[in-house]
Amino acid sequence: MAFYILKRLLAIIPTLFGVAVLIFLLLRVVPGDVVEARYMSQGSQFQSQDLMNIERKKLGLDQPMWKQFTTWMGGLVRLDFGLSMWTGSPITEEIKLRFALSLQLAIMASTTAVLLAIPLGILAAIKQDTWIDYAVRVFSIAGLAMPSFWLGILMILSMLIFFKWLPPMVFTPLWVNPWENLAQLIWPALAVGYRYSAVGTRMMRSTMLEVLREDYIRTARAKGLWLKLILSRHALKNAILPVLTIMSLEFAFLLGGLVVTEQVFNLNGLGMLFVEGIARRDYTLIQALVMLVATVFLLVNFLVDIAYAWLDPRIRYR
Amino acid sequence: MAATPQTLDQLAGADSRPRWVSAILNFVRRRPLGAIGAAIILVMALLAATANFIAPYDPLATDYGAMLAAPNAQHWLGTDAFGRDVLSRMIYGSRTALMVGLGASLLGAVFGSLIGVASAYFGGRVDLVVQRVMDVFFAFPVIILALAVVAILGTGVGNVILAIATPMVPRCARVVRSSALSVREMPYVDAARASGYGHRRIILRHMLPNVMAPILIMATAFLGEAILLEASLSFLGLGVTEPTAAWGLMLRGAAVEFAETAPWMAFFPGLAISLAVFGFNLFGDSLRDALDPRLRTQ
Repeated sequence: MAFYILKRLLAIIPTLFGVAVLIFLLLRVVPGDVVEARYMSQGSQFQSQDLMNIERKKLGLDQPMWKQFTTWMGGLVRLDFGLSMWTGSPITEEIKLRFALSLQLAIMASTTAVLLAIPLGILAAIKQDTWIDYAVRVFSIAGLAMPSFWLGILMILSMLIFFKWLPPMVFTPLWVNPWENLAQLIWPALAVGYRYSAVGTRMMRSTMLEVLREDYIRTARAKGLWLKLILSRHALKNAILPVLTIMSLEFAFLLGGLVVTEQVFNLNGLGMLFVEGIARRDYTLIQALVMLVATVFLLVNFLVDIAYAWLDPRIRYR
Repeated sequence: MAATPQTLDQLAGADSRPRWVSAILNFVRRRPLGAIGAAIILVMALLAATANFIAPYDPLATDYGAMLAAPNAQHWLGTDAFGRDVLSRMIYGSRTALMVGLGASLLGAVFGSLIGVASAYFGGRVDLVVQRVMDVFFAFPVIILALAVVAILGTGVGNVILAIATPMVPRCARVVRSSALSVREMPYVDAARASGYGHRRIILRHMLPNVMAPILIMATAFLGEAILLEASLSFLGLGVTEPTAAWGLMLRGAAVEFAETAPWMAFFPGLAISLAVFGFNLFGDSLRDALDPRLRTQ
C-alpha cells in the first residue's frame, strides 16, 4: 500500500511539470506584455521603446525564454512564487486574500451540490420511470443547461424586485461577521451548487439503478429485509462511491474556474484575479494561479485513487 | 365479430402511414424526453436558417427613440440600451450559438477522436506520451484553457470556436481511446494489418468507423457545453464581440446595469441559452441510451 501511495504521488510531478511548461509557453504566445499593458492602461501608447526596455529588464523579461523558465522553476521548487509583475507585491500575498473567499465558496457550493444530488438521485432511481423520476431528470438537466451566471442575475434581480434587498457586495471574512459573509456567499453557492448537483444527481441515479439489479440486493429482499435497510446498508454504500468521486474532482475547478459567476456577484476571488491577470499580462501571477489549481486538482485526484485502493484491494495490483 | 374489420382497418391505417412518420412516432413514444429535445433543436435550427425572413427588425439597427423600451406591440420582447430589438437579436443569436456549437464540437470531436484512435492503435510508448500530455490538459479548468486561447488568438467567432474546441479535444480523446483499445484487439484489425495495409488506412477505414458511437455521443454532449461556454466567454467580453448578435453578449453590460428597470434584457437571452442547451442535452441523453447502453453510467 505504501509503495502504491508513493508511486501515485510521484506520478503527479511530471504532470505538474507539463502544466508549468504549457502555461509558460501559452503566456509567451499571447501578444503584448505587462509593460505594454501598463502603458496602454495609462493611455500613453507611444512611450519610448528605451523606457519600456528598461522596465522589461527590471522584470527579467529581456532574458531568453529558457532562462526565465529555469528561474521560475527554481523558485517553484522552493515554493517561492515570486512577485506579481503588475503590482510588484509577493504573489502569495495577492493570492492569500482571494483564496479564503474562493475556498469558502467552493466548499459551500459542493455541499449544496452533494445535499441536492444524493437524495434526488436515490429518489429518481427508486421511482424509476414514474413522474417523479422524470421530474428529477428534467430538474437536473435544466441545471446543466442554465448558465450559473444567468441564474445569479435572476437571483439578484428577483431579490431586488420582490424584497427590495440586495446581498452585500463587499466581502466580509467569515470570522469578522459570519452573518454578513453568509448573506453574500449563499447566493453564488446556490447558483453554482445547483449546476454541479446535476452531474451528481444523474450519476447517483444510474449507479443506484445498477446496484439495485445486483444479486445481493435480491438476496436481501428475499430474506425479507426492510427496503429502507436494504437501501441504506446495501445499495447506497456501493452506489455512492462514483458519485463522490466525480463531485470531488469538480471541487478543484470550483476553486479556480468560477470566473463568470464571480463577475456577476462582484466577488473578488481567484477567477476574477485570473481574468485581471490575463488582461494585464501578469505572467508570474497567472502561472502561480494555474499551478495552484492544477496542484489541487491532481491532489484531489490522488486522494480519490488512494481511497479507492484502500476500499478495493484489487486496484492496488493493477 | 363486428369489431374485427374495424381493427383491421386501423391496422391498415397504421401501415399506410409513410415509414418515416411511424419511425418518428415510435421515437416520440419510446423516448419522450429525447423527442422534446429534438423538437427544441429543430425550432432553433429553423430560426437560425430563416432569421432574415422572420426577424421583425435588423438585429444591428439602433433606434434611439425607443431605448430600453418594455415589451410592447412593436417590440415583443422590448429593446436594449441602443434601442435594438431584443427578439430580433435573439433570433440572430441562435445563428451564432449554432455556428459556435457545431463548429467547436465538430473540431473537438474530429481531432479528439483521431488522437484517441491513433493513441490506442500505436499503443506502447506513443500511447503513454499522448496520455501524459492529455493529463496535463485535464488539470486545467475548461474555462481557463479557453480564456488562454482567446488571449492568444483574440476575440471573434472563429477564434472562439478554436478556443472552445481546445479543451474538448483531450476529453474526447480519452473516451474514444478507451473504446478503440478494445477495437484494436478485434480480428479484422489483425486481418487488415496482415493484408499489409498502412497505419493511416487501418486507423481511418477500419478502427474509426467502429468507435463512431462514442464519438457521436461525445459530440452531442459537447454541443450544449460549447453553447454554454460561448455564452460565458461572450459575457466576459472575451468571446463574440459587438455588434454581432450573441446571447451571452446580450447579457453583458447594460443588461446587468439596467436589470432593475429593464429586466427583459437580462431575462430572455438567458432563457434562450438555457432552452438551447436543455434541448441538446435531452437529445444527447436519448442518443446515448439508444446507441450505447454501456455508457449509460457515465
